[in-house]
Formats: sequence, C-alpha cells, structure tokens
Amino acid sequence: MLFEGYGRLLWDGTLETIQLSLLSLLFAFVIGLLGAAAKLSGNRWLSLVATLYTTLIRGVPDLVLMLLLYYSFQDWLNRLTDALNLQQIDIDPFFAGICVLGFIYGAYFTETFRGSVLAVPKGQLEAAAVYGLSRWQIFRRILFPQMMRFALPGISNNWQVILKATALVSIIGLHEVVRAAQDAITGTSSKGAYHAFFFLSVAGLIYLLLTSLSNMVFMTLEQRYSIGIRRPEL
Amino acid sequence: MIELIQQYWQQYLCGTPAHPSGLVITLWLTVASLGLGFLLAVPLAVAKASTKRWLAVPVAIYTYVIRGTPLYVQLLLLYSGLYSLDAVRSTAFLNGFFRDAFNCTILAFTLNTAAYTTEIFAGAIKTTPRGEIEAARACGMSGLTLYRCIIMPSALRRALPAYSNEVILMLHATTLAATATVPDLLKVARNAASDYYLPFVAYGIAAVLYLCISFALIWLFRLAEHRWLAYLR
Repeated sequence: MLFEGYGRLLWDGTLETIQLSLLSLLFAFVIGLLGAAAKLSGNRWLSLVATLYTTLIRGVPDLVLMLLLYYSFQDWLNRLTDALNLQQIDIDPFFAGICVLGFIYGAYFTETFRGSVLAVPKGQLEAAAVYGLSRWQIFRRILFPQMMRFALPGISNNWQVILKATALVSIIGLHEVVRAAQDAITGTSSKGAYHAFFFLSVAGLIYLLLTSLSNMVFMTLEQRYSIGIRRPEL
Repeated sequence: MIELIQQYWQQYLCGTPAHPSGLVITLWLTVASLGLGFLLAVPLAVAKASTKRWLAVPVAIYTYVIRGTPLYVQLLLLYSGLYSLDAVRSTAFLNGFFRDAFNCTILAFTLNTAAYTTEIFAGAIKTTPRGEIEAARACGMSGLTLYRCIIMPSALRRALPAYSNEVILMLHATTLAATATVPDLLKVARNAASDYYLPFVAYGIAAVLYLCISFALIWLFRLAEHRWLAYLR
C-alpha cells in the first residue's frame, strides 16, 4: 500500500487542519472587527488598548506567543485548582489552538479592517445616516459590503498565513497533518528510513492543495465583491 | 523568578564565543538567511519579470511551491526528510552538510525568504515606468547596463516598504530553528521554562527581546526609507 496503512491518519490530520484553520479564521475575523471598531471609535482608552494589542502581538513571533499563552494558562490554571483543592484540569489542545491562533491573527485582521473601513468613501456613510438608517443598518447594508472589497486581498493573505501557521500547533500537541506525518514516520521507521522524506512530502503537498483551493475561492469572492466596479484601463 | 533570571540571563543575552547567546544566534540566523536570500532573489526576480517564458515559469513554480507550504514542513523536510535518503547519506559532502542542524535551518530559511523576496522584487521590476526603459534604450543602454543603472536602483527602492515586512516576518520565522535543536532565543526560553517551571517569565523574556529586535528593525527601515525614498517626500 502507498501509505503503509497510515492513509487514514493523514486524512484525519488533514480534516483537523481544515477545522482548526476555519475556526481560527472565524475567531480572528470577529476579533478583527471588534479591534477595528475600537481603533476607530474615537474613545481614547479603547483605541489605546487596541493599538497596544496590535503592536505587541504583531511584534512578537507567533510561535513564541503560542508557547507563552498555552503553557502560561495551563500553569495558572494548575495553581488555581491547587489553591482550591480541585482536580487538575487539562486545557484541551484543540480549543487552546483555536483561541491562541484567533487571538494572534485577530491583531492582523484588526489592521486589515481598519484600513478597509477608512477606504470606504465618507459620503456613503453620511448619506446613509441622512436617510435615517440605524447604526446597525449602516454597518450591514452600506459599510460592510463596501469595505469587504478593500479587505479581501488582506483577508486572503491572512487566511493563507493562518492555514500555514496551523503546522506550528503540532508543537503544542495537536494531531493535525504535520503531526500525523510525524506519527507515520515513527511507525514506519523499521521499514526503511526513506519514509521520512515521503510522508513529509505528502504533508507539504496537502498544504499546497489547500492553499491552491483557497486561492480559487478567494478569486471568486473577489469577483463577487467587485461587481459594478470599473477598472481603469491601462 | 529572580533565580531564573540570574541563571539564564547570560544564555539569553551575552554568551561567550564558544557558546553564543540565544540573542546572537537569532540575529545571526536572521542576517544570514536574509543576506543569502537577497542574493538569490535578485537574479530570480529578474528572471520572473522576464518576458521569456522558459525563464519566468520555473521561477514562478518555485515561488508557488515555497509560498504554498508552511516553513515548518520545509524545515522538517530538509532536516529529517533529506537525511533519511540513502543517496544523501552515502555522499560524503551531502552527509556532512545535512547532519548539521544549523546548515539545514539556514538553507530552509534562505530558500523560503528568497521565494517571498523574489515576488516582492519581481512586482517592483514590473512596475518600472515604460518611459524610463525606453529612454535608457534610446541612450544606447543594453541588457546588463539597463538593469544595473536604471531598473534595479528604482525597483529596489520601491520594494523597500514591502521588503521591511518580509524582514520582520523572517525574524519571527527564525523561532522555528528551536524545533531543529538550534540554540536560538526560543530554545533558551524553552530550557529555562522547563527548568524552573515558570513558562510566563521564561517565554515573556524572549517575547520582550523579540519585540525589541522588531522595533529596532522597523526603526532601521524607517531610516532607510527616509534616505532612499527621499524623492517621494
């Protein structure tokens, strides 16, 4: 057999990678919208907190943040349960992975969304307010559809980075596709060493397939959101 | 916490020539891979921007594959994947090269950053104003002179803001070296964390140091932009 009986493991790992990146994307997307809202709110304290968040997170490597957050929270939780004489609670790595990735890439999304909100012509929002739309209606019907067009290249970029960053969470013990490849290597080590090269190449190809697929999705989305935009002719 | 700092501050910050500190290794990894990557990226970018398909297509495939896979997988492939092949182990030179974790990480980082830098530079080369090239050709410049005197100086200037981003990302990517047993800042932090069981302090110190390097790099690039993009002000 081609995968020496490890095909199932690799398939499960691939699914876990997809789930992990999609859920992290969702989480980061929401944080990004909230962060952009805070930065543009005009409230000094809110924008200070948001600026601090994006500056600190984007200045520190994601792997360092991942290890820092994951192990610190587990450490604090252990101390808390010890103090209360409770049983030790282990943080679920999958849940922790989503939280950490979402929290880190939320900072990048905040910057993306801030830029794209500023790119929407002010007159559009003023006109909507004059028509008597509520703040939520303005966001949903006027601001969001228009800002998405400016945000899409940034979102596509961030998504690719998140997808590739999921490879790192194998380090904190998640069974995604890289970990599956490593398990397969350990399992087949007695049958010839070249398996390490083979399984790692397979993992690389799976990532290449996923990034190519998402490229296509984003190209369709870009077409959808730029309906009615006339491109300058060069 | 005080003990951890007393025990480990030398390993974080200033080691000896025989045992360089994590900070030195991290900076060295960043500078070496960026320097080699730059040297590789300039000719590749020229090839990628070329109208000759047999030059542009192979480079496009290279950047597509590198940018579509995580650096961690690339590093694992070079570090443990290649070494598992008999062909590599039986060749004396390759065996010596790939046995050393430091060589493998520098090679992986260089190939990775070269792909991203190629894209940045190729984009800048393609946006060179037509008139400049026409004028240069009218002056009698050809091939190499055209690139050396007209296209590259202005293209590299225009690429500066995007390139500064790539430099910061490369600094952040060097943390992966710790997974290949290279004793960089993160590796020191990992050792300290497991020794004293104080993950927040140990990783926090590393995070602050990375933050400082990032800010220093941003400041350097601001100076560089001030100098080389002065005509845009």
